[in-house]
Amino acid sequence: MEKIPILRMGNFLLVTIQVDMHDRLAMALQEDLTNRISETAARGVLIDISSLEIVDSFIGRMLGNIAAMSRVLDAQTVVVGMQPAVAITLVELGMSLPGVRTALNVDSGMELLQESVNGIHKATGHAGN
Amino acid sequence: MNEERNKLGTNRVTEVLANHESSILEQWLKEMSNATKRSDLIKDAELRSQCSRFLQLLRQAAESGGFTPADAAWTPIRELLAELSRSRAQLGFTPTETATFVLSVKKPLFERLRNRPGLSAGDLADELWAVTELVDSLGLYTAEMYLKTREEIIRRQQEEMLELSTPVVKLWDGILALPIIGTLDSARTQVVMESLLGGIVKTNSKVAIIDITGVPTVDTLVAQHLLKTVTAARLMGADCIISGVRPQIAQTIVHLGINLMDVTTKATLADAFALALQRTGAGIANAAKTR
Amino acid sequence: MPATEIDTIPVVSESDVVVVRRRVREAAIQAGLSLVDQTKLVTAASELGRNTVIYGGGGSLQLEILTSPRHGVRLTFTDNGPGIPDIELALRDGFTTGSGLGLGLGGAKRLVNEFQIDSVLGRGTKIVLTRWK
Repeated sequence: MEKIPILRMGNFLLVTIQVDMHDRLAMALQEDLTNRISETAARGVLIDISSLEIVDSFIGRMLGNIAAMSRVLDAQTVVVGMQPAVAITLVELGMSLPGVRTALNVDSGMELLQESVNGIHKATGHAGN
Repeated sequence: MNEERNKLGTNRVTEVLANHESSILEQWLKEMSNATKRSDLIKDAELRSQCSRFLQLLRQAAESGGFTPADAAWTPIRELLAELSRSRAQLGFTPTETATFVLSVKKPLFERLRNRPGLSAGDLADELWAVTELVDSLGLYTAEMYLKTREEIIRRQQEEMLELSTPVVKLWDGILALPIIGTLDSARTQVVMESLLGGIVKTNSKVAIIDITGVPTVDTLVAQHLLKTVTAARLMGADCIISGVRPQIAQTIVHLGINLMDVTTKATLADAFALALQRTGAGIANAAKTR
Repeated sequence: MPATEIDTIPVVSESDVVVVRRRVREAAIQAGLSLVDQTKLVTAASELGRNTVIYGGGGSLQLEILTSPRHGVRLTFTDNGPGIPDIELALRDGFTTGSGLGLGLGGAKRLVNEFQIDSVLGRGTKIVLTRWK
């Protein structure tokens, strides 16, 4: 079974989801990521979903799980690049992904991760962590 | 009996049209001169050519026998009428003016039908009736086509208004404003979300100020719609501030027990803007000296 | 006179759900749905497809592209599984807490224009979704 590649960038891990995942692949990603965070003592995870045209409840929960598990391992998770149509659909589905920080693109996402690692805490009124 | 009467009528009409087409055309145009001509909207020459085409197609259809407008033989003339009424609807003719264009052809036709020696009163009555039925149904068809066009125009305008009524404005680098004017129902919310999210992507914004000064009432439903919009923006990495919260709205929100979660609200757009600048790391420096 | 095109797709394994998403997307595009509407329909199909595989013991999807009275897409998910004991409960949202329970039916219902569900305990479930242009 193919695996989704996890790249390492300094203190952070970068995952780009480009395929339409079936459930097993999503579960595998969850597990792989948790292991890698632990192995590398990564401080942050950036998940790029700009290529995902569909995020259903299963994928949504997966993202939430990854954020929660990383937090336990003392790492921040930022999900970037959600497509507008996907955001509108998720909201209609009733999912708000509390506990998942988001940014518009990889650049802003990295900025966010950097700031949180450096301890700068912006009062964003965000249901982040 | 109807068949025969129709045939009789058709033959005479064909005859009359064949022999008197140009004089019928002139009289018809004269008949129209008063209320329905609208030479301000349509040139005389063009009106003349439309009428002429109508008469030709009328004769052709009648020649193929049968006065039933639903028949295939009458399709060309119906297409002409559909085309004419569509253009008149767009030009601004009234429905009456448009239908009268067709109905006024009766008088010239009747006069020619009447002026034939040796025609019994009974036969003439039958003919006139057959022609009346025919022209009336063509007139009604014209009116219906006119209505259809008007409905299409209205629908298109409604769509445009819906889009225009939710402009997304860039206030500063990374800061968007979305003033909502009017009620926020679920259909509007979809448009609002699409505009806002599209704006966020285009301008790379981190903060969106949703101003509800122009929203007359905020009840539980409207609050839900607002929350949906805020959530959608958040999923794309932009924080929202709701501004324009009047005291009455604040009261309603508390009374209804609406939970705005942790969305920041401000009374004025100015306050919201100042907050947004803070959040994006910019600031306002006063160029004036000490107060 | 066929006013619609009908296709039947098996929905038995997890990888079938991926196929379902792709085929529904193609149908939605063909019917002229806007991008947001396409996304909503495909997401709803993904939810129901998954249910069919996991709770229904496998089944099928009938995919129809409609042209009258308007353009649209109709999806019929059928399975011969255990059926849904409490439809009312299933339609209620179990998501916002991300609890992971709940069949996602309430959410899927909000993503489409028409939603019909027939379920008989011990016999199976049939869900019909329609999205108009």
